[in-house]
Parts: sequence; C-alpha cells; structure tokens
Amino acid sequence: MYAFEYHRPTTLAGALADLENADAKPLAGGQTLLPTMKQRLASPSALVELSGVPELSGIARDGDAVVIGAMTRHIDVAQSPVVAGAIPALAALAGGIGDPQVRNRGTLGGSLANNDPAADYPGAALALGATIVTDRRRIAAEDYFTGLFETALEPGELITKVSFPIPQKAAYVKFPSPASRYALVGVFVAKTADGVRVAVTGSGESGVFRVDSFETALSANFSPSALDGLSVPADGLNSDLHADADYRAHLIGVLAKRAVAAAG
Amino acid sequence: MSATGIGASVKRLEDIRFITGKGRYVDDVNRPGQAFAYFLRSPHAHATIDKIDASEALKAPGVVAIFTGDDIAADKVGGLICGWMIHSKDGSPMQAGAHPALAQGKVRYVGDHVAVVIADTYAQARDAGEQIVVDYTPLPAVVDPAKAAEADQAQVHDAAPNNTCFNWHLGDKAATEAAFAAAAHVTKLDLVNNRLIPNAMEPRAAVGDYDSGTDTITLYTTSQNPHVARLVLSAFIGLAPEHKLRVIAPDVGGGFGSKIFIYAEETVCAWAAKKIDRPVKWTADRTEAFLSDAHGRDHVTHAELALDASGRMTGVRVHTIANMGSYLSTFASSVPTYLYAPLLSGQYDIPAIYAEVDAVYTTTAPVDAYRGAGRPEATFVIERLVELAARETGRDPAEFRRQNFVTQFPHQTPVIMAYDVGDYAQALDKALALADYKGVGARKAASAAKGKLRGVGFSAFIEACGIAPSAAVGSLGAGVGLWESAEVRVNPIGTVEILTGSHSHGQSHETTFAQLVSDRLGIPIGNVSIVHGDTDKVQMGMGTYGSRSGAVGMSAIVKALDKIEAKAKKVAGHVLEASDQDIEFKDGKFTVKGTDKSIDFGSVALQAYVAHKFNGQELEPGLKESAFWDPTNFTFPAGVHICEVEIDPETGVVKVDRYTAVDDFGKLINPMVVHGQVHGGIAQGIGQALLEGAVYNDDGQLLTASYMDYCMPRADNLPSFTIDTIETPCPSNPLGIKGCGEAGAIASPPAVINAITDALGHEDVTMPATPQVVWRATQKAPLKRAAE
Ligand SMILES: Cc1cc2nc3c(=O)[nH]c(=O)nc-3n(C[C@H](O)[C@H](O)[C@H](O)COP(=O)(O)OP(=O)(O)OC[C@H]3O[C@@H](n4cnc5c(N)ncnc54)[C@H](O)[C@@H]3O)c2cc1C
Repeated sequence: MYAFEYHRPTTLAGALADLENADAKPLAGGQTLLPTMKQRLASPSALVELSGVPELSGIARDGDAVVIGAMTRHIDVAQSPVVAGAIPALAALAGGIGDPQVRNRGTLGGSLANNDPAADYPGAALALGATIVTDRRRIAAEDYFTGLFETALEPGELITKVSFPIPQKAAYVKFPSPASRYALVGVFVAKTADGVRVAVTGSGESGVFRVDSFETALSANFSPSALDGLSVPADGLNSDLHADADYRAHLIGVLAKRAVAAAG
Repeated sequence: MSATGIGASVKRLEDIRFITGKGRYVDDVNRPGQAFAYFLRSPHAHATIDKIDASEALKAPGVVAIFTGDDIAADKVGGLICGWMIHSKDGSPMQAGAHPALAQGKVRYVGDHVAVVIADTYAQARDAGEQIVVDYTPLPAVVDPAKAAEADQAQVHDAAPNNTCFNWHLGDKAATEAAFAAAAHVTKLDLVNNRLIPNAMEPRAAVGDYDSGTDTITLYTTSQNPHVARLVLSAFIGLAPEHKLRVIAPDVGGGFGSKIFIYAEETVCAWAAKKIDRPVKWTADRTEAFLSDAHGRDHVTHAELALDASGRMTGVRVHTIANMGSYLSTFASSVPTYLYAPLLSGQYDIPAIYAEVDAVYTTTAPVDAYRGAGRPEATFVIERLVELAARETGRDPAEFRRQNFVTQFPHQTPVIMAYDVGDYAQALDKALALADYKGVGARKAASAAKGKLRGVGFSAFIEACGIAPSAAVGSLGAGVGLWESAEVRVNPIGTVEILTGSHSHGQSHETTFAQLVSDRLGIPIGNVSIVHGDTDKVQMGMGTYGSRSGAVGMSAIVKALDKIEAKAKKVAGHVLEASDQDIEFKDGKFTVKGTDKSIDFGSVALQAYVAHKFNGQELEPGLKESAFWDPTNFTFPAGVHICEVEIDPETGVVKVDRYTAVDDFGKLINPMVVHGQVHGGIAQGIGQALLEGAVYNDDGQLLTASYMDYCMPRADNLPSFTIDTIETPCPSNPLGIKGCGEAGAIASPPAVINAITDALGHEDVTMPATPQVVWRATQKAPLKRAAE
C-alpha cells in the first residue's frame, strides 16, 4: 500500500467536496479497494470513507420499487424483511455474495461502482431494470454498465442509492467459480408486467448482458421448457482457467432454466 | 488405559494457546533495532540479468542496504543445495544447476530472487525495491515437463543438457518385459499428477539476528526441521559454524513438506543480519508464498499393468517425467525416485516391476516434497491401473484387489521395500461394510432416476513412512541419516521436560508425546512439557516429515525413558535399601518386589538430585538421559478408502457423497489426533482430485497465484468422512506405531478419480476434475466393457 490521505466526511456535501481531488476515491466496504491498494495495483491520493454519511444507507419500499442506499451492506439486504417480501431473489443474491466477512463489509454501491464482471449485483440491476441514483442524476441500468469494470459514472460522481422495481417473479441462479466463489456464470430472470428480462453476469467479455432470445421465449411462456433448443453463442463470452466460452454458453442455458423453475 | 495415557483421545493441550491467539510464530518475533527485507523478484520466467541499477533505490528513505547475488558470493556464502544424490541409469550423477540464494546472471522462474532491499520498515524496503532498475533479456520459457527435454527447448541450466537432471530407473527390466510378453491382458494408462501449491496457513518467515559480541547468528525461521536447516546453512552454505549458528523454529502454522526445505529468504536474512549488524526480518505475503514455496507433485506418466488369465498381476511398468522446476530444492531428487517407485507394488504381490523416471528442469518454481511426497504419485499410478484393469476384465474391483493382496509377511517386493506386517483383507472387509458397498447398485439407480451419475472408486493404498533407516537411505543417496533424538530431563520435583528433534507444526506432539511420558512414568500429563524447535535446547534432530515423528521420534523418547527408569530404579534401591534388581516400577511407583515398601516417582527424582542416600561417586546424581533411535525398517501404513460421487451431468459438478477410510496405522497413541490427521489428509487429497492445480501459461507466468484462481478445499466441498482403523502393530519400533500424517493425502486422489471414471464409464478425466473438466467428460460416450 502506498501512503494516502484519509477523510471521513459526515455529510453528502462534505463527501463530494472531499472527492473533488481527481485522485481521491470513495471507500465503501473496502472489500475490493483495500486489497487492490495492498497489492499496489491502485494508489489513490486520498480515501473518502463514506460510512459516516447517514443518508447513503437504508432500505425502503417506495411504491413499486425497493430503494436501497449505496452504503447498505450485503448482509443488510440479505436479512431485510422489506427486500425478502418484495424481491426475495435479491435478498437471496445478497446472501450468496462472498463469505460472512465480505457480506458484513461489502456494499451495494461499492459493488455496482466496481462493476466486476463476475459480481452478482449487476445481474440483478440489469434484469430488474434498476435505476442507479447518483449525487447528480438517475441512470438506467441499461446505460450504466459500460464494460469490464467500466460504468457510466463520471469522476467524482457518487452512487447514493439504487431503485429496484418489484417484479412479479424473479430468481437468481449462480454457478460459483470453485476458487473465488464469484459468479462463473450467474443468471437473473425477472418476470415483470412488461415481459421477462434475463441478465447474465460472470460471462460476458464486456460484462453483464441481457439475452434477447431467452426473454422473447420466456415472455411468451414462462417455463423452463420454453428455453429448449435455445442457446447463447459462445462468441463474446469469456474464456479463462475455470471455464472456456463453450462451457459458459452451456451453463447459461442450464442456469436460465433453473432460474425459471426457481422463480416458479 | 489411563485417561491421558497411550490410546486415549486426549484433547490437544496446544489448542488453548492457538485458538486464543497466543501462539508465537516467527512473525511474532521482533528484535530490537530490526530492519525489514523485501525481495525483488523476477517478473520473467526466464531471462538473463544484464544490469541491476540500485543507485536511486539506495537513496530512498529508510534504506539500509541493497544486496544482489554477487554480494553474497563475494562473502563466500554458497548456494542452496539438494541433499540427495541420484544417479542416472548410466551411473552418472544427477546434473544439478547452481542455485544461488539471490540470482546471478539469470533468473529461472517468476518469483526468482533478484535482490534484497533492507530498510527501516517493510514499506520503505518495498518502495525502494520498485526503484531498482533491472535490465533483463527475456529468454523462452520452458513450462511443459513433457516437452522440456526436447531439442528445441530453451536451456534452463548449462550444467543440465536437454534440461535433464537425471534418467533414473528401478527394478528388473528384463523380468518385467518377460511378464508383459506372457501377459493375458495389459492395462495401459496415461496419467498427469497435477502440480500443487502447499498453502500452509502461516506463510514462510525469517528473522536473522546477529550478536557481534559472541559472533553468533540466531535465525528464527518457519521450519519443520531446524537442525537440518542449521546443518545445511552451516556445513554447506557456509553461513557460520554450527556452534555459532542457532536456529529456532517456534510455533509453525503448517508445513505439509514445504517448510522442510532451506530457502533463499531465510539464508539471506541470516547472512544480511551479520552483514549490516542489525536484525533482519521478512514475512512472505500470500503472493510470494504462491510463487516461491516449493510446489508439489507434477508428474506425467505412462503406466502399464500385466495380468495372467486368472487375474493375477504379473508385472508393472511405468515411465514418469517429473518436473523439478527451475532449481533442485533441498530433497527434490528423492521425491520422484526413492519415495515413489518403491511404492509401485501397492498392496499387491507383483513379481516384476520396472520404473523409469526422467527428471527435468523447467522455468517454474522448484518442486519438492508435499504431504506424501512421491507416495501419492505412486498410489495414483497403481490404484488407477488396478481399478481400470478390473473394469477391463470384468472383475469386481474389490475382489480383484483381494485376489492380488500380499498375505504373507514379511514380503519382499521387487522394488526395495520389505513389508513387515499388514492385513489388507481385513481393512477391505471393514471398508466394504462401512461404505455399504452392497447398496451401491440401488444408490446408482436412485441417482440415475434424478438424472445424476453415481460412481464408486477404491484406493487400497500403502505407503512407506517412519522415515527411515539411516544406512538404508544413505545407500540410496541421502546426504543425512534419518534417526531421531530425545532427551528426558526429570526435574527435582518430578516434572519432566522432553527435548525432541521432531518438530510439531500441527501434528499435536505437545499432546501425544506427553501421553507417552505420562503413561510410562505414571505422572500427570500436565507435569510433562515438550521442548522442540531450538538448536540451543535440543542438541540435534532430523525434524518432522514423512510421518516419522511417532515411529521414529517417539521411539527415541521410549529409549531415553528406558534409561530413566533404569537409573531411577537404582536411586529407589538406595532409598528403599534394596537392590535395583528387586525394584519394580508401575503406575508411577517404585516398589521392592514382594513388599509394601515403595516410593513415588517424584520422590525418586528429588532423591536423585539431593543425592543424600547414595554415594555420588558410584551413582551419578541427577536424572537426565538421552537417546538416539535409528529405525530398522520403514513402516508401512496401509488401508482401503472408498469414495462415492454423484455427478450432475448438466453442469459437471462432482459431489463427494460418501467417503470411507479404514486405515492400519499400527498402535494409536491418540485416536482423535489420528482422525484429525486423516481428515486433513483426505481433504487435501480431495483438493488435489477436484479443486487444486497450479497453472503456468506458456510464458511461464503463474496464473494461479492467489485464492481467486487456486482453489483450496473448503468444508462444503467435503462430506462427513466415515473413518475407522484396524491394527497390526508395527514390529520395527517399540510402540508398534506406523504413522498417519500423510495417509489421507496419499489414498484419496485415486479413490475420487476412480469414482468419477466409474460414473462416467470412461477414463478421460484429468485432475483437478473441475466442473468444466467433468462436464466435458460427460460429452464423451461411456466405453463398452467386458462386464457389461
Ligand atoms: C473474498 C471476497 C469474495 C467476494 N465474493 C463476491 C461474490 O461472490 N459476488 C460479488 O458480487 N462480489 C463479491 N465480492 C465483492 C464484494 O462483495 C464487494 O461488493 C465489492 O468488494 C465492492 O464493495 P465494497 O463496498 O467493498 O466497495 P469498495 O471496495 O470500498 O469500493 C469498490 C470501488 O467502488 C468505489 N465506490 C464505492 N462506493 C461508491 C459509491 N457509493 N459511489 C461511487 N463509487 C463508489 C470505490 O471507490 C472503489 O473504486 C467479494 C469480495 C471479497 C473480498
């Protein structure tokens, strides 16, 4: 780790002011940022710890959506009665992230800001059609995820909360990488009044993506058999030590069926 | 049996210390004025070092010194050694390339040591390290052991043409060829034994501390054998004479073999401490551990088994290419040779065996002993072959094994080993019952009904441990003897300190050794303490590996206790006014035979020290004895493991559904500790079979250099094991112990892979059998087999 300055603002305005320095970075749960700094792969000049900013945490139902503050930890989402009642698939997803230590520190905002291609939340955000709310605007999930570890966030822009529309049915099935237990492939299926959305994480060369052919088939018939004979092309999928593109393409089909079955 | 004596499942006395965070590891050692070392490591697998410019780095804040290989060489401190000489088939000695502690002229793997930066803080040392400019000329990497000896490969060491360290063989080639020529059936297999990274929980660490007043170096290091470290650092590396070098291995958090070896970092910390006259400390981070701890396994093998028409095994022939990595680590050459091929007879009566081993250099981390060392590789070969032969010839794998078991003891195999005792059929029967082998068919049908594939696999392993008779290993090339020492110090009030050359880094010696002493002297277990890991306290010892601490280390304690008893009887005789011949010792009491005159052990100890009751010229005061034990044979733990897996063919996920192990470890000192060792070993073996594998890319970069990519077994990868033992006491040591530390890791990989291949109906599965590997294997049709 290289030397850095440390700020712990107590208001959103204070945080934004501290972040005006171009090399400053917000610190959420630190589950990604701190290991990266320890490995000397990141060297921010300053860390702006967000845990002292009360308006960034919390879970509330807001009409047809569940709104979750950026600093809300995975454990809180997993155990929230509000989330469990409205979008149980989202609570289950949060409960399946990492291990207890990670869930007790890691946050929704940190995960979405980081946009790790193997992370779970991007699948939920895209499939549910979430809106990422920042200190300056509202960004639709479709427009938010722009590539591997890339998002629409501008320098110094803070995620403040995320609004997840409540689906009729949803399920997330994750195939964890044996080593890291991040998603080797994760498929989030959501049935909404406007049709079915299927988002795949862990697999795409440029991060989370939707599968149009699955969505069309499932919108017509929300059952696993609707996906018979459909597949995702291996082209554009990641190949690495643990899974090549063919295997990932195969798993996407299997997991999508399982997710539909689980959504009921 | 007393509550704390031999055979009792005494709870580990060391656990309170460890689980309350009071263990004292090398990283907990801090010496006044200490500086910190950072090792600049090679980013290239293979490159010449054209220039090292440390001028800017030397000016960085806090920097005390920067050293390179040339500085060490200038001090006439030698390179690291390999302590086991192997000769090739043609009689020529192995070709060992030089192994400087800090590279000279060339780097040979990613992580190789280029320079050391010593600074007031670790952060300063690391910051300065980034300012060292090294000019490299990259050379092609050599990664695949199967190709390393080919003519077009880059040369890792000039001293080893064709990257070949040795071409060794064992056994009777002509007899084996004849067996194959006459065979009714030959089973053939190509096998890869995957490369593993040990991953002890505690990373390696060292603190060098120099006392200029006495010109003595003290090295605190994470070692399984501090005396061997001192011997090598002194006699071979030339750091300091032995009486001026103290090596301390305090609490050590796991080794699995990887802390047997004498490494560059500890050598440099000890040397540099004297050079700068300041203590020098280094603790590996996890990345350094992945890159530079000696790795394990990494064999490529073709193996064949010959059968006669009745199903008797008549011959085995094996050709193995063993990857040594970039340098020969301390015992690397013994692992694919004498720790491997002598086990190829398994539990079977096989008249002819011939094994050839080509050891090659590659531009990867050095490979050396890792839990089981050679014996897991041999067991994988023979147990995969046997299972396949049963399948090919339509025989039940259990009964086929039984038909070929060695049943007469002693049994001389064609590959060195003389098995002393065993009852392989008894273990098999017990395992079959515990595993409910009869129910496999019904369980397979139930799995099939769910769309799953179920398979069952056996592993009837044998290993040679209790390492080892010194003369025997000497004749095979070992540079050391493998006896063990013990000293028993009885204090005047009757408490006892046991000084042992064994080293405990997870094996529970503080408990099991104390059980032996408590049992033998009839004193409370709390009155015994075990002292180990310090060359200033324990005079000499050979350390812990090869499941030797019980069979060899405890035998030395028994011998010393014999002497204590004899001496104490003399003291008691004087006190009780009887001849020592008439004194009986039982349950902690010395009694004059046939009388009620007695004295307890503590009182005898006091009398030995006050020396009031005997003539100090005729009988020496005090009660302290030492002994060395040199075993007369290896010990031969054996057992039968049965694994049952269920495969999800849609995803390739393998669930280990049942795992049964019935082992014969001879006499057990502490069954709970034995079970713990077996649990850990099986977990590691299942890790090898399903999860773990070190992967280098074509450029020689280690792709599995963190837990993001290197998959360690976790609790949810494992079922609850069904573990039991049988007992045929070992005849070659006084306690009848065989050793249990490695058995689980030796036995389990073939059991798991045999189960998977049973489920799949073909043999095309490599380790680790990850979901991707297994899913791909499910795409291939099962073979038509004799029995079906
Ligand atoms: C062992 C381990 C296992 C894991 N397993 C999983 C898993 O299975 N699935 C999974 O999805 N994730 C996993 N994670 C990731 C983890 O769950 C976190 O989601 C992730 O580390 C980021 O969240 P954080 O709160 O820790 O963010 P930090 O590490 O604090 O920050 C991450 C990045 O986001 C930026 N940032 C943080 N908050 C904001 C904000 N409000 N606005 C703008 N930028 C912000 C930071 O500046 C930084 O660049 C794992 C992590 C670890 C260490």
